[in-house]
Amino acid sequence: MNYENILSDRIKNVQPSGIRRFFDILEEMKDAISLGIGEPDFVTPWHIRDAGIYSLEKGFTKYTSNAGMAELRREIAAYLNRRFDLQYDFASQIIVTVGGSEAIDLTLRCLVNPGDEVIVPVPSFVCYGPLANMAGATPVLVETKAENEFRLTADELRAAITPRTKVLVLPFPNNPTGGIMERKDLEEIAKVLEGTDIMVLSDEIYAELTYGQHHVSPANLPELKDRTIVVNGFSKSHAMTGWRMGYVCGPKEIIRQMLKLHQFGIMSAPTVSQYAAVEAMRNGDVDIEKMRDEYDGRRRYLVEGLRRIGLPCFEPKGAFYVFPDIRSSGLSSDEFCERFLMEEKVAVISGSAFGPGGEGFVRCCYATGMKDIAEALTRMDNFLTNLRKKQAREG
Amino acid sequence: MKKLLQLLEEDCTLTHEQLASMSGMTVEEVEKTIRMYEEEKIVLGYKAIVDWDRTDREAVTALIEVKVTPQRGEGFDRVAERIYQYDEVESVYLMSGAFDLTVIISGRTLKEVAQFVGQRLATLEDVTGTATHFILKKYKEKHLIFEKAEEQERELIFS
Repeated sequence: MNYENILSDRIKNVQPSGIRRFFDILEEMKDAISLGIGEPDFVTPWHIRDAGIYSLEKGFTKYTSNAGMAELRREIAAYLNRRFDLQYDFASQIIVTVGGSEAIDLTLRCLVNPGDEVIVPVPSFVCYGPLANMAGATPVLVETKAENEFRLTADELRAAITPRTKVLVLPFPNNPTGGIMERKDLEEIAKVLEGTDIMVLSDEIYAELTYGQHHVSPANLPELKDRTIVVNGFSKSHAMTGWRMGYVCGPKEIIRQMLKLHQFGIMSAPTVSQYAAVEAMRNGDVDIEKMRDEYDGRRRYLVEGLRRIGLPCFEPKGAFYVFPDIRSSGLSSDEFCERFLMEEKVAVISGSAFGPGGEGFVRCCYATGMKDIAEALTRMDNFLTNLRKKQAREG
Repeated sequence: MKKLLQLLEEDCTLTHEQLASMSGMTVEEVEKTIRMYEEEKIVLGYKAIVDWDRTDREAVTALIEVKVTPQRGEGFDRVAERIYQYDEVESVYLMSGAFDLTVIISGRTLKEVAQFVGQRLATLEDVTGTATHFILKKYKEKHLIFEKAEEQERELIFS
Protein backbone atom coordinates (compact mmCIF):
# COMPACT_ATOMS: atom_id res chain seq x y z
CA MET A 1 0.00 0.00 0.00
CA ASN A 2 1.09 3.53 -0.62
CA TYR A 3 0.79 4.91 2.86
CA GLU A 4 2.01 8.31 1.71
CA ASN A 5 -1.32 8.79 -0.04
CA ILE A 6 -3.25 7.44 2.91
CA LEU A 7 -1.79 9.46 5.77
CA SER A 8 -3.39 12.78 6.61
CA ASP A 9 -1.73 15.86 5.23
CA ARG A 10 -1.71 17.34 8.70
CA ILE A 11 0.39 14.60 10.25
CA LYS A 12 2.74 14.48 7.27
CA ASN A 13 3.36 18.19 7.69
CA VAL A 14 4.43 17.74 11.30
CA GLN A 15 8.21 17.68 11.36
CA PRO A 16 9.83 15.01 13.54
CA SER A 17 12.10 16.40 16.22
CA GLY A 18 15.66 16.67 14.97
CA ILE A 19 16.94 15.89 18.42
CA ARG A 20 16.33 12.14 18.14
CA ARG A 21 19.59 11.45 16.27
CA PHE A 22 21.53 13.37 18.91
CA PHE A 23 19.89 11.35 21.69
CA ASP A 24 20.73 8.12 19.85
CA ILE A 25 24.42 9.01 19.94
CA LEU A 26 24.14 10.00 23.58
CA GLU A 27 22.44 6.75 24.55
CA GLU A 28 25.30 4.74 23.03
CA MET A 29 27.92 6.73 24.93
CA LYS A 30 28.73 5.07 28.22
CA ASP A 31 30.44 7.74 30.31
CA ALA A 32 28.75 10.81 28.90
CA ILE A 33 27.45 13.57 31.16
CA SER A 34 24.04 14.80 30.20
CA LEU A 35 22.78 18.30 30.77
CA GLY A 36 20.32 17.44 28.03
CA ILE A 37 17.30 15.84 29.58
CA GLY A 38 14.58 18.21 30.76
CA GLU A 39 13.41 16.13 33.68
CA PRO A 40 13.90 16.32 37.45
CA ASP A 41 16.68 14.05 38.68
CA PHE A 42 14.72 13.49 41.90
CA VAL A 43 12.56 10.45 42.45
CA THR A 44 8.95 11.25 43.36
CA PRO A 45 8.85 11.83 47.15
CA TRP A 46 8.09 8.61 49.00
CA HIS A 47 4.85 9.69 50.66
CA ILE A 48 3.41 10.41 47.21
CA ARG A 49 4.58 7.06 45.81
CA ASP A 50 3.19 5.39 48.90
CA ALA A 51 -0.23 6.96 48.37
CA GLY A 52 -0.24 5.48 44.85
CA ILE A 53 0.74 2.06 46.20
CA TYR A 54 -1.92 2.25 48.92
CA SER A 55 -4.62 2.99 46.34
CA LEU A 56 -3.59 -0.17 44.47
CA GLU A 57 -3.68 -2.20 47.68
CA LYS A 58 -7.20 -0.96 48.26
CA GLY A 59 -8.14 -2.05 44.76
CA PHE A 60 -8.93 1.45 43.47
CA THR A 61 -8.35 0.50 39.87
CA LYS A 62 -11.49 1.66 38.08
CA TYR A 63 -12.07 4.74 35.93
CA THR A 64 -12.63 7.96 37.81
CA SER A 65 -15.09 10.60 36.68
CA ASN A 66 -14.06 12.04 33.31
CA ALA A 67 -12.84 15.31 34.75
CA GLY A 68 -10.84 13.50 37.43
CA MET A 69 -11.67 12.60 41.02
CA ALA A 70 -13.63 15.34 42.76
CA GLU A 71 -11.28 14.98 45.73
CA LEU A 72 -8.29 15.70 43.51
CA ARG A 73 -9.95 18.64 41.78
CA ARG A 74 -10.81 20.08 45.19
CA GLU A 75 -7.19 19.72 46.24
CA ILE A 76 -5.96 21.30 43.01
CA ALA A 77 -8.32 24.24 43.52
CA ALA A 78 -7.06 24.65 47.10
CA TYR A 79 -3.44 24.39 45.95
CA LEU A 80 -3.85 26.99 43.19
CA ASN A 81 -5.48 29.33 45.68
CA ARG A 82 -2.81 28.72 48.34
CA ARG A 83 0.27 28.89 46.13
CA PHE A 84 -0.69 31.25 43.29
CA ASP A 85 -3.76 33.13 44.48
CA LEU A 86 -5.79 31.64 41.61
CA GLN A 87 -9.46 30.87 42.19
CA TYR A 88 -11.11 28.07 40.21
CA ASP A 89 -14.27 26.13 40.95
CA PHE A 90 -13.34 22.48 41.23
CA ALA A 91 -16.67 21.32 39.83
CA SER A 92 -16.80 23.34 36.64
CA GLN A 93 -13.41 24.84 35.92
CA ILE A 94 -10.80 22.07 36.26
CA ILE A 95 -10.03 18.92 34.27
CA VAL A 96 -7.33 16.47 35.35
CA THR A 97 -5.35 15.52 32.25
CA VAL A 98 -2.68 13.06 31.17
CA GLY A 99 0.22 15.43 31.77
CA GLY A 100 0.36 19.09 30.83
CA SER A 101 0.79 17.95 27.22
CA GLU A 102 -2.77 16.69 26.96
CA ALA A 103 -4.00 19.92 28.50
CA ILE A 104 -2.19 21.92 25.79
CA ASP A 105 -3.63 19.69 23.08
CA LEU A 106 -7.17 19.97 24.51
CA THR A 107 -6.94 23.73 24.71
CA LEU A 108 -5.75 24.18 21.15
CA ARG A 109 -8.20 21.71 19.67
CA CYS A 110 -11.12 23.27 21.50
CA LEU A 111 -10.28 26.84 20.55
CA VAL A 112 -9.09 26.95 16.95
CA ASN A 113 -10.84 26.64 13.61
CA PRO A 114 -8.95 25.77 10.42
CA GLY A 115 -6.96 28.79 9.31
CA ASP A 116 -6.83 30.40 12.76
CA GLU A 117 -3.47 31.56 13.97
CA VAL A 118 -1.76 30.62 17.21
CA ILE A 119 1.01 32.92 18.38
CA VAL A 120 3.90 30.97 19.87
CA PRO A 121 6.82 32.83 21.44
CA VAL A 122 10.09 31.04 20.60
CA PRO A 123 12.46 29.68 21.71
CA SER A 124 10.08 27.45 23.59
CA PHE A 125 9.20 23.82 24.05
CA VAL A 126 8.47 22.19 20.73
CA CYS A 127 4.91 20.92 21.17
CA TYR A 128 2.83 24.07 20.55
CA GLY A 129 3.45 24.39 16.81
CA PRO A 130 2.78 20.74 15.87
CA LEU A 131 -0.30 20.58 18.12
CA ALA A 132 -1.63 23.81 16.60
CA ASN A 133 -0.98 22.32 13.16
CA MET A 134 -2.84 19.14 14.01
CA ALA A 135 -5.77 21.26 15.19
CA GLY A 136 -5.80 22.91 11.77
CA ALA A 137 -4.35 26.21 12.90
CA THR A 138 -1.23 27.99 11.73
CA PRO A 139 1.43 28.66 14.33
CA VAL A 140 2.89 32.16 14.15
CA LEU A 141 6.31 32.15 15.77
CA VAL A 142 7.48 35.26 17.59
CA GLU A 143 11.14 35.42 18.49
CA THR A 144 11.86 36.64 21.98
CA LYS A 145 15.25 38.29 22.52
CA ALA A 146 18.11 37.69 24.89
CA GLU A 147 18.36 41.45 25.51
CA ASN A 148 14.76 41.33 26.82
CA GLU A 149 15.60 38.31 28.97
CA PHE A 150 13.48 36.28 26.54
CA ARG A 151 10.25 37.93 27.67
CA LEU A 152 7.49 38.55 25.17
CA THR A 153 7.16 42.31 24.69
CA ALA A 154 3.99 44.20 23.83
CA ASP A 155 5.53 45.39 20.55
CA GLU A 156 6.49 41.89 19.47
CA LEU A 157 2.98 40.69 20.24
CA ARG A 158 1.29 43.60 18.50
CA ALA A 159 3.30 42.98 15.33
CA ALA A 160 2.22 39.32 15.25
CA ILE A 161 -1.51 39.82 15.70
CA THR A 162 -3.75 39.51 12.63
CA PRO A 163 -7.53 39.24 12.29
CA ARG A 164 -7.04 35.42 12.32
CA THR A 165 -5.23 35.32 15.66
CA LYS A 166 -7.12 33.07 18.05
CA VAL A 167 -4.68 31.98 20.73
CA LEU A 168 -1.57 33.42 22.35
CA VAL A 169 0.62 30.81 24.01
CA LEU A 170 2.53 32.08 27.04
CA PRO A 171 5.11 29.42 27.90
CA PHE A 172 6.54 30.93 31.07
CA PRO A 173 8.63 30.12 33.08
CA ASN A 174 10.23 29.17 29.83
CA ASN A 175 11.87 26.03 28.61
CA PRO A 176 14.62 26.44 27.31
CA THR A 177 15.53 30.02 28.25
CA GLY A 178 14.54 30.17 31.92
CA GLY A 179 12.84 33.49 31.16
CA ILE A 180 9.74 34.54 33.10
CA MET A 181 6.99 37.13 32.70
CA GLU A 182 6.59 39.47 35.65
CA ARG A 183 3.35 41.23 36.50
CA LYS A 184 4.39 44.41 34.69
CA ASP A 185 5.17 42.41 31.53
CA LEU A 186 1.76 40.74 31.65
CA GLU A 187 0.07 44.10 32.17
CA GLU A 188 1.61 45.26 28.89
CA ILE A 189 0.38 42.10 27.16
CA ALA A 190 -3.10 42.69 28.61
CA LYS A 191 -3.22 46.16 27.06
CA VAL A 192 -2.47 44.72 23.62
CA LEU A 193 -5.15 42.05 23.96
CA GLU A 194 -7.79 44.41 25.26
CA GLY A 195 -10.81 44.51 22.95
CA THR A 196 -9.79 41.35 21.05
CA ASP A 197 -11.16 37.80 21.36
CA ILE A 198 -7.69 36.32 21.62
CA MET A 199 -7.37 33.62 24.25
CA VAL A 200 -4.23 33.05 26.31
CA LEU A 201 -2.90 29.53 26.78
CA SER A 202 -0.62 29.89 29.79
CA ASP A 203 1.66 26.87 30.17
CA GLU A 204 2.75 27.13 33.80
CA ILE A 205 4.29 23.71 34.23
CA TYR A 206 7.45 25.34 35.68
CA ALA A 207 5.58 27.84 37.88
CA GLU A 208 6.88 26.37 41.15
CA LEU A 209 10.44 26.65 39.87
CA THR A 210 10.58 30.42 40.01
CA TYR A 211 13.58 31.79 41.88
CA GLY A 212 13.74 34.82 44.12
CA GLN A 213 10.17 35.90 43.42
CA HIS A 214 6.67 34.54 43.09
CA HIS A 215 5.30 33.25 39.83
CA VAL A 216 2.61 35.48 38.37
CA SER A 217 -0.02 33.88 36.15
CA PRO A 218 -1.85 35.88 33.50
CA ALA A 219 -4.96 34.65 35.33
CA ASN A 220 -3.82 36.72 38.33
CA LEU A 221 -4.62 39.84 36.31
CA PRO A 222 -8.34 40.64 36.37
CA GLU A 223 -8.08 41.99 32.82
CA LEU A 224 -6.71 38.65 31.57
CA LYS A 225 -8.47 36.12 33.79
CA ASP A 226 -11.48 35.54 31.52
CA ARG A 227 -9.36 34.99 28.45
CA THR A 228 -6.79 32.71 30.10
CA ILE A 229 -6.55 28.93 30.12
CA VAL A 230 -4.05 27.79 32.76
CA VAL A 231 -2.16 24.57 32.08
CA ASN A 232 -0.15 23.05 34.90
CA GLY A 233 0.85 19.66 36.25
CA PHE A 234 2.86 17.60 38.67
CA SER A 235 5.82 16.57 36.53
CA LYS A 236 8.27 19.34 37.33
CA SER A 237 6.97 20.61 40.67
CA HIS A 238 6.71 17.19 42.34
CA ALA A 239 9.17 15.18 40.21
CA MET A 240 6.31 13.11 38.80
CA THR A 241 7.03 12.99 35.06
CA GLY A 242 6.20 9.30 34.64
CA TRP A 243 2.85 9.56 36.44
CA ARG A 244 1.50 11.74 33.61
CA MET A 245 -0.53 14.09 35.77
CA GLY A 246 -1.57 17.52 34.60
CA TYR A 247 -4.60 19.77 34.69
CA VAL A 248 -6.26 22.58 32.85
CA CYS A 249 -8.32 25.41 34.36
CA GLY A 250 -10.34 28.14 32.75
CA PRO A 251 -13.77 29.63 32.11
CA LYS A 252 -16.44 27.00 32.65
CA GLU A 253 -17.95 27.50 29.18
CA ILE A 254 -14.65 26.38 27.66
CA ILE A 255 -13.84 23.66 30.20
CA ARG A 256 -17.26 22.11 29.58
CA GLN A 257 -16.44 21.76 25.87
CA MET A 258 -12.95 20.48 26.55
CA LEU A 259 -14.38 17.78 28.74
CA LYS A 260 -16.14 16.30 25.71
CA LEU A 261 -12.84 15.84 23.91
CA HIS A 262 -11.08 14.51 27.02
CA GLN A 263 -13.97 12.13 27.64
CA PHE A 264 -13.85 10.62 24.16
CA GLY A 265 -10.09 10.71 23.70
CA ILE A 266 -8.86 9.73 27.16
CA MET A 267 -11.87 8.78 29.35
CA SER A 268 -10.12 9.67 32.58
CA ALA A 269 -6.54 10.17 33.73
CA PRO A 270 -4.88 7.12 35.38
CA THR A 271 -6.52 6.38 38.72
CA VAL A 272 -3.36 5.38 40.59
CA SER A 273 -1.73 8.63 39.53
CA GLN A 274 -4.71 10.62 40.71
CA TYR A 275 -4.49 9.12 44.19
CA ALA A 276 -0.79 9.93 44.32
CA ALA A 277 -1.59 13.44 43.10
CA VAL A 278 -4.08 13.99 45.94
CA GLU A 279 -1.27 13.30 48.40
CA ALA A 280 1.09 15.58 46.46
CA MET A 281 -1.40 18.44 46.65
CA ARG A 282 -2.21 17.85 50.29
CA ASN A 283 1.24 17.31 51.78
CA GLY A 284 3.73 18.10 49.04
CA ASP A 285 4.48 21.80 49.48
CA VAL A 286 7.55 21.03 51.56
CA ASP A 287 8.92 18.78 48.79
CA ILE A 288 8.48 21.54 46.26
CA GLU A 289 10.51 23.95 48.37
CA LYS A 290 13.22 21.41 49.05
CA MET A 291 13.68 20.65 45.38
CA ARG A 292 13.49 24.30 44.42
CA ASP A 293 16.22 25.17 46.93
CA GLU A 294 18.36 22.43 45.50
CA TYR A 295 17.81 23.59 41.90
CA ASP A 296 18.46 27.17 42.93
CA GLY A 297 21.93 26.31 44.24
CA ARG A 298 22.83 24.47 41.05
CA ARG A 299 21.40 27.29 38.94
CA ARG A 300 23.63 29.86 40.60
CA TYR A 301 26.67 27.65 40.29
CA LEU A 302 26.07 26.85 36.63
CA VAL A 303 25.42 30.47 35.63
CA GLU A 304 28.53 31.68 37.43
CA GLY A 305 30.57 28.82 35.98
CA LEU A 306 29.47 29.49 32.40
CA ARG A 307 30.17 33.19 32.74
CA ARG A 308 33.60 32.43 34.22
CA ILE A 309 34.59 30.39 31.18
CA GLY A 310 33.48 33.13 28.87
CA LEU A 311 29.95 32.25 27.80
CA PRO A 312 27.54 35.12 28.40
CA CYS A 313 24.19 34.10 29.81
CA PHE A 314 21.40 36.04 31.38
CA GLU A 315 20.31 34.85 34.80
CA PRO A 316 17.35 32.51 34.33
CA LYS A 317 14.61 33.20 36.85
CA GLY A 318 12.58 30.05 36.27
CA ALA A 319 12.47 26.38 35.17
CA PHE A 320 15.72 24.37 35.40
CA TYR A 321 17.63 25.53 32.36
CA VAL A 322 20.44 27.93 31.61
CA PHE A 323 20.62 29.22 28.05
CA PRO A 324 24.14 30.50 27.37
CA ASP A 325 25.07 32.46 24.26
CA ILE A 326 27.66 30.40 22.35
CA ARG A 327 28.08 32.70 19.34
CA SER A 328 31.63 33.62 20.39
CA SER A 329 32.62 30.02 19.56
CA GLY A 330 32.04 30.72 15.88
CA LEU A 331 30.02 27.51 15.67
CA SER A 332 26.34 27.05 14.98
CA SER A 333 24.32 25.67 17.89
CA ASP A 334 24.04 22.27 16.21
CA GLU A 335 27.78 22.09 15.49
CA PHE A 336 28.56 23.19 19.02
CA CYS A 337 26.41 20.48 20.58
CA GLU A 338 27.62 17.75 18.28
CA ARG A 339 31.31 18.58 18.72
CA PHE A 340 30.97 19.10 22.47
CA LEU A 341 29.39 15.67 22.75
CA MET A 342 31.94 13.94 20.52
CA GLU A 343 35.02 15.68 21.94
CA GLU A 344 34.15 16.04 25.61
CA LYS A 345 31.22 13.65 26.03
CA VAL A 346 28.84 16.21 27.44
CA ALA A 347 25.33 16.62 26.09
CA VAL A 348 23.63 20.01 25.91
CA ILE A 349 20.76 20.75 23.58
CA SER A 350 21.02 23.01 20.57
CA GLY A 351 18.96 26.17 20.94
CA SER A 352 17.78 25.80 17.35
CA ALA A 353 15.75 22.74 18.44
CA PHE A 354 13.44 25.20 20.20
CA GLY A 355 12.59 27.23 17.13
CA PRO A 356 14.03 30.31 15.49
CA GLY A 357 15.61 32.65 17.98
CA GLY A 358 17.31 29.73 19.67
CA GLU A 359 20.18 29.67 17.18
CA GLY A 360 23.37 30.86 18.86
CA PHE A 361 22.37 29.41 22.21
CA VAL A 362 22.40 26.00 23.90
CA ARG A 363 20.20 24.64 26.64
CA CYS A 364 21.94 23.29 29.73
CA CYS A 365 19.64 21.56 32.16
CA TYR A 366 20.71 21.66 35.82
CA ALA A 367 18.31 18.99 37.00
CA THR A 368 21.36 16.83 37.61
CA GLY A 369 23.85 16.34 40.44
CA MET A 370 26.44 18.97 41.39
CA LYS A 371 29.34 16.68 40.57
CA ASP A 372 28.13 16.28 37.00
CA ILE A 373 27.53 20.00 36.66
CA ALA A 374 31.04 20.73 37.93
CA GLU A 375 32.58 18.16 35.59
CA ALA A 376 30.52 19.45 32.65
CA LEU A 377 31.84 22.96 33.31
CA THR A 378 35.44 21.72 33.37
CA ARG A 379 34.89 19.92 30.08
CA MET A 380 33.16 22.95 28.59
CA ASP A 381 36.19 25.04 29.53
CA ASN A 382 38.48 22.47 27.86
CA PHE A 383 36.33 22.39 24.79
CA LEU A 384 36.31 26.16 24.37
CA THR A 385 40.03 26.49 25.09
CA ASN A 386 40.89 23.85 22.47
CA LEU A 387 38.47 25.37 20.02
CA ARG A 388 39.97 28.84 20.41
CA LYS A 389 43.51 27.47 20.02
CA LYS A 390 42.52 25.65 16.89
CA GLN A 391 40.77 28.70 15.50
CA ALA A 392 43.83 30.86 16.25
CA ARG A 393 46.11 28.40 14.43
CA GLU A 394 43.82 28.39 11.43
CA GLY A 395 43.76 32.18 11.54
CA MET B 1 18.39 29.59 49.13
CA LYS B 2 20.20 27.06 51.28
CA LYS B 3 22.46 28.11 54.10
CA LEU B 4 26.12 27.19 54.15
CA LEU B 5 25.78 24.86 57.12
CA GLN B 6 22.94 22.96 55.49
CA LEU B 7 24.95 22.56 52.26
CA LEU B 8 27.97 21.27 54.19
CA GLU B 9 25.87 18.82 56.14
CA GLU B 10 24.44 17.39 52.94
CA ASP B 11 27.72 17.18 51.02
CA CYS B 12 31.01 18.28 52.52
CA THR B 13 32.88 17.50 49.28
CA LEU B 14 31.47 20.62 47.58
CA THR B 15 34.26 23.02 46.68
CA HIS B 16 34.39 26.49 48.19
CA GLU B 17 33.44 27.91 44.78
CA GLN B 18 30.39 25.67 44.64
CA LEU B 19 29.41 26.51 48.20
CA ALA B 20 29.77 30.20 47.43
CA SER B 21 27.51 30.08 44.36
CA MET B 22 24.95 27.91 46.06
CA SER B 23 24.71 29.98 49.24
CA GLY B 24 24.99 33.38 47.58
CA MET B 25 28.22 34.18 49.48
CA THR B 26 31.67 35.10 48.19
CA VAL B 27 34.43 32.49 48.29
CA GLU B 28 36.21 34.56 50.97
CA GLU B 29 33.08 34.64 53.12
CA VAL B 30 32.68 30.90 52.75
CA GLU B 31 36.26 30.24 53.82
CA LYS B 32 36.02 32.58 56.76
CA THR B 33 32.71 31.13 57.91
CA ILE B 34 33.90 27.54 57.63
CA ARG B 35 36.99 28.40 59.70
CA MET B 36 34.71 29.90 62.32
CA TYR B 37 32.46 26.80 62.29
CA GLU B 38 35.46 24.58 62.84
CA GLU B 39 36.92 26.72 65.61
CA GLU B 40 33.58 26.94 67.42
CA LYS B 41 33.06 23.19 66.94
CA ILE B 42 29.84 23.87 65.09
CA VAL B 43 31.34 21.61 62.43
CA LEU B 44 33.02 18.72 64.24
CA GLY B 45 34.59 17.04 61.24
CA TYR B 46 34.14 15.58 57.77
CA LYS B 47 33.85 11.85 57.22
CA ALA B 48 32.81 9.38 54.55
CA ILE B 49 29.97 6.95 55.16
CA VAL B 50 31.45 3.55 54.28
CA ASP B 51 29.60 0.32 53.59
CA TRP B 52 32.20 -2.14 54.91
CA ASP B 53 30.03 -5.04 53.79
CA ARG B 54 31.09 -4.29 50.23
CA THR B 55 34.73 -4.77 51.19
CA ASP B 56 36.79 -7.68 52.51
CA ARG B 57 37.13 -6.07 55.90
CA GLU B 58 35.10 -7.62 58.70
CA ALA B 59 33.22 -5.12 60.81
CA VAL B 60 30.72 -5.55 63.62
CA THR B 61 28.61 -2.79 65.09
CA ALA B 62 26.57 -3.03 68.26
CA LEU B 63 24.11 -0.75 69.95
CA ILE B 64 24.26 -1.02 73.72
CA GLU B 65 21.64 0.22 76.11
CA VAL B 66 23.40 1.27 79.30
CA LYS B 67 21.87 2.00 82.69
CA VAL B 68 24.00 4.14 84.98
CA THR B 69 23.83 5.85 88.34
CA PRO B 70 24.04 9.60 87.83
CA GLN B 71 26.58 11.39 89.94
CA ARG B 72 25.98 14.28 92.27
CA GLY B 73 26.69 17.57 90.57
CA GLU B 74 27.65 16.04 87.25
CA GLY B 75 24.60 14.00 86.30
CA PHE B 76 25.40 11.64 83.49
CA ASP B 77 28.22 13.64 81.92
CA ARG B 78 31.04 12.19 83.96
CA VAL B 79 30.18 8.57 83.20
CA ALA B 80 29.41 9.35 79.57
CA GLU B 81 32.84 10.92 79.29
CA ARG B 82 34.47 7.82 80.78
CA ILE B 83 32.70 5.74 78.15
CA TYR B 84 33.31 7.88 75.08
CA GLN B 85 37.07 8.04 75.68
CA TYR B 86 37.40 4.49 74.38
CA ASP B 87 38.37 4.34 70.70
CA GLU B 88 35.92 1.51 70.05
CA VAL B 89 33.02 3.79 70.93
CA GLU B 90 31.51 5.44 67.87
CA SER B 91 28.66 7.37 69.46
CA VAL B 92 27.17 8.01 72.87
CA TYR B 93 23.75 9.54 73.43
CA LEU B 94 21.88 10.38 76.63
CA MET B 95 18.38 8.97 76.34
CA SER B 96 15.00 9.50 77.87
CA GLY B 97 13.06 6.39 78.81
CA ALA B 98 13.91 2.95 80.13
CA PHE B 99 17.70 3.28 80.01
CA ASP B 100 20.16 6.14 80.18
CA LEU B 101 22.85 5.94 77.52
CA THR B 102 22.96 4.52 74.01
CA VAL B 103 26.49 3.49 73.17
CA ILE B 104 27.33 2.47 69.62
CA ILE B 105 30.56 0.58 69.28
CA SER B 106 32.29 -1.06 66.37
CA GLY B 107 34.92 -3.77 66.29
CA ARG B 108 36.43 -6.28 63.91
CA THR B 109 34.67 -9.34 65.35
CA LEU B 110 31.76 -10.28 67.53
CA LYS B 111 34.18 -11.48 70.17
CA GLU B 112 35.99 -8.15 70.21
CA VAL B 113 32.73 -6.30 70.82
CA ALA B 114 31.57 -8.77 73.48
CA GLN B 115 34.86 -8.43 75.29
CA PHE B 116 34.63 -4.68 75.28
CA VAL B 117 31.16 -4.76 76.82
CA GLY B 118 31.98 -7.42 79.39
CA GLN B 119 35.39 -6.18 80.46
CA ARG B 120 35.31 -2.42 79.98
CA LEU B 121 31.77 -1.14 79.91
CA ALA B 122 29.94 -3.36 82.38
CA THR B 123 32.71 -3.10 84.92
CA LEU B 124 32.54 0.68 85.24
CA GLU B 125 31.37 1.36 88.78
CA ASP B 126 28.45 3.63 87.81
CA VAL B 127 27.12 1.24 85.16
CA THR B 128 24.29 -0.79 86.62
CA GLY B 129 23.25 -2.76 83.55
CA THR B 130 23.78 -3.25 79.81
CA ALA B 131 21.82 -4.79 76.95
CA THR B 132 23.78 -5.40 73.75
CA HIS B 133 22.12 -5.47 70.33
CA PHE B 134 24.24 -6.43 67.36
CA ILE B 135 23.43 -4.64 64.13
CA LEU B 136 22.75 -7.25 61.46
CA LYS B 137 22.36 -5.08 58.42
CA LYS B 138 22.49 -1.39 57.69
CA TYR B 139 19.84 -0.02 55.38
CA LYS B 140 20.23 3.71 55.73
CA GLU B 141 22.56 6.04 57.55
CA LYS B 142 22.61 9.86 57.53
CA HIS B 143 20.02 9.88 54.72
CA LEU B 144 22.18 7.57 52.58
CA ILE B 145 20.79 4.23 51.45
CA PHE B 146 23.18 1.27 51.42
CA GLU B 147 21.45 -0.67 48.65
CA LYS B 148 22.26 0.27 45.05
CA ALA B 149 19.18 1.67 43.35
CA GLU B 150 17.76 -0.26 40.41
CA GLU B 151 17.70 1.66 37.15
CA GLN B 152 14.40 2.22 35.43
CA GLU B 153 14.24 1.07 31.81
CA ARG B 154 13.87 4.21 29.83
CA GLU B 155 14.64 6.14 26.70
CA LEU B 156 15.81 9.70 26.47
CA ILE B 157 12.75 11.86 25.93
CA PHE B 158 12.99 15.35 24.55
CA SER B 159 11.11 17.55 27.00
